[in-house]
Amino acid sequence: MNKPMGRRITDLTQRFKSGVLPYRQMGYWDPDYAPKDSDILAVFRITPQDGVDPEEAAAAVAGESSTATWTVVWTDRLTDYPHYQAKAYRLDPVPGTPGQYFAYIAYDLDLFEEGSIANLTASIIGNVFGFKPLKALRLEDMRVPPHYLKTFQGPATGIVVERERLNCFGRPLLGATMKPKLGLSGRNYGRVVYEALKGGLDFTKDDENINSQPFMYWRDRFLYCMEGVNKAVAQTGEIKGHYLNVTAATMEDMYERAEFARDLGSVIIMIDLVIGYTAIQSMAKWARRNSLILHLHRAGHSTYTRQKSHGISFRVIAKWMRMAGVDHIHAGTVVGKLEGDPNVIRGIYDTCRETHVRQNLEHGIFFDQPWASLNKLMPVASGGIHAGQMHQLVSYLGEDVVLQFGGGTIGHPMGIEAGAAANRVALEAIIKARNEGQDIWHDGPQILANAAKTCTPLRAALDTWKDVTFDYASTDSVDFVPTATAAG
Amino acid sequence: MRITQGQFSFLPDLTDDEIRRQCAYAIDQGWAVAVEFTDDPHPRNTYWEMWGIPMFDLKDAAGVLLEVNACRKSHPDKYVKVVAFDSRKGFESIRMCFIVNRPKDEPGFDLARTELRGRNVGYAIRPYAAVRPAGQRYG
Repeated sequence: MNKPMGRRITDLTQRFKSGVLPYRQMGYWDPDYAPKDSDILAVFRITPQDGVDPEEAAAAVAGESSTATWTVVWTDRLTDYPHYQAKAYRLDPVPGTPGQYFAYIAYDLDLFEEGSIANLTASIIGNVFGFKPLKALRLEDMRVPPHYLKTFQGPATGIVVERERLNCFGRPLLGATMKPKLGLSGRNYGRVVYEALKGGLDFTKDDENINSQPFMYWRDRFLYCMEGVNKAVAQTGEIKGHYLNVTAATMEDMYERAEFARDLGSVIIMIDLVIGYTAIQSMAKWARRNSLILHLHRAGHSTYTRQKSHGISFRVIAKWMRMAGVDHIHAGTVVGKLEGDPNVIRGIYDTCRETHVRQNLEHGIFFDQPWASLNKLMPVASGGIHAGQMHQLVSYLGEDVVLQFGGGTIGHPMGIEAGAAANRVALEAIIKARNEGQDIWHDGPQILANAAKTCTPLRAALDTWKDVTFDYASTDSVDFVPTATAAG
Repeated sequence: MRITQGQFSFLPDLTDDEIRRQCAYAIDQGWAVAVEFTDDPHPRNTYWEMWGIPMFDLKDAAGVLLEVNACRKSHPDKYVKVVAFDSRKGFESIRMCFIVNRPKDEPGFDLARTELRGRNVGYAIRPYAAVRPAGQRYG
């Protein structure tokens, strides 16, 4: 598909003549380029405007996300400009989707400041996403080389040390988000925390939009929550925590809240994705310095991750967040109420948890990604899940995950403590059966029914939610296999 | 109260055969199984006493059960747990942990509050059993 006219112009007089030159001819399309081990690679889904040549579109993305502007500038000649130019080096049509292409682009390490997600993203998802010759643009995946990865802290705590601190091994962690999300007083809110933790959960959680509102200011929330946490620890002999959301308007406010959480003895704090990449990195460094686990709620992500044609794949956000240094990230449930194709979710979970992620197009993973001993990031499954799905959750999501049942705990007909106990019994029964070699995918309902014989709360949970499934087609799916949808 | 540390504390106590099957799973994964015991069940009592070192080269889960039973016989009124260690890169930590023996009576924990400035509260948790010296707790 190489067209001689579409390649770098080597005659410098012609190359730097004032005016507008196709990006290809400026050197941003180079199909012969062999990416270096130290290059940062990105694959974009591009949808060129009608009549725009796809190679030119790919070259334009490379140009606009690195050195280029719309016209030739002589000042390029003061630099070793081919070194700084990103190179579109490969272009593949998207299988089964006419008009869309996967464009592979290589960026030299020197284009980026060390340890800065803000700097990385200002290039990769900067101006280029509004570029007129493209109808749509989506960042599908990235390969971040160890040379650059090692300039990032990575998860403040990591899965292994989190488990050691919590003294919890061999099963998913259990959590619940406090409901209703808004309106409870601090005193009533702490009641829900206490009941859920006493019933058998490891964690309870503030919701993303609980900060410091008229119905409950943050300091009251922290005090009452920690009363609930400590009472539950004393009632069970287990280490427990409540994700105290420290999200606030300014860094100063967030540090103040985080310090108060630390001084109260909380094991974990929480932030929202909407605070921004720099604030997230600051909080990750604070969490490492202060030995706290850092939970990230991905509030806002669906505005740009859900549609396949435009935006950023969540697997890229997960990768950035592992670099940025959070310990928990909401990463999908497959079976719950929120977006989640099984193959896409698998790719995201691998990105969070594996020490070396292999290319796997069926899971949306375009590149090998070694993680260079950055800690592992604990995925969190939350949104519309209940005890009756436990065998599916463990089958899909494995063991290193926090399963969060909000409504599935607090909405239990016998109360919050019973709801928590139902979830814990269901989980322990499924893990025990899996370890014994039983086929939990097929026999799960029977295993749960048997466990419910000695656990009335589990029987009630199974009866209440037996018909609840969220079986809709996913909007974000992979392109290399027929689309699978969530099992019922 | 029933202390609910470990993987299976919400289920009925495991039978010997169920313990053996869990140990067989651990051994199949390539993990080394160990037995530990304590009379101080504080949730942050990290270092229980070791009933020998982890059984690194053991291939048969029945061998673990022998050690579990020997430990239970020597310490019938203490907590005994089975722990599995994974030495693989990326883990190098505990992968399983479940209680296989507990005292007949579990009195639980005292929660002491110290009131501090600004409505802050300092919390301390102490097992009632640990008020007595080691060796004189539980029966």
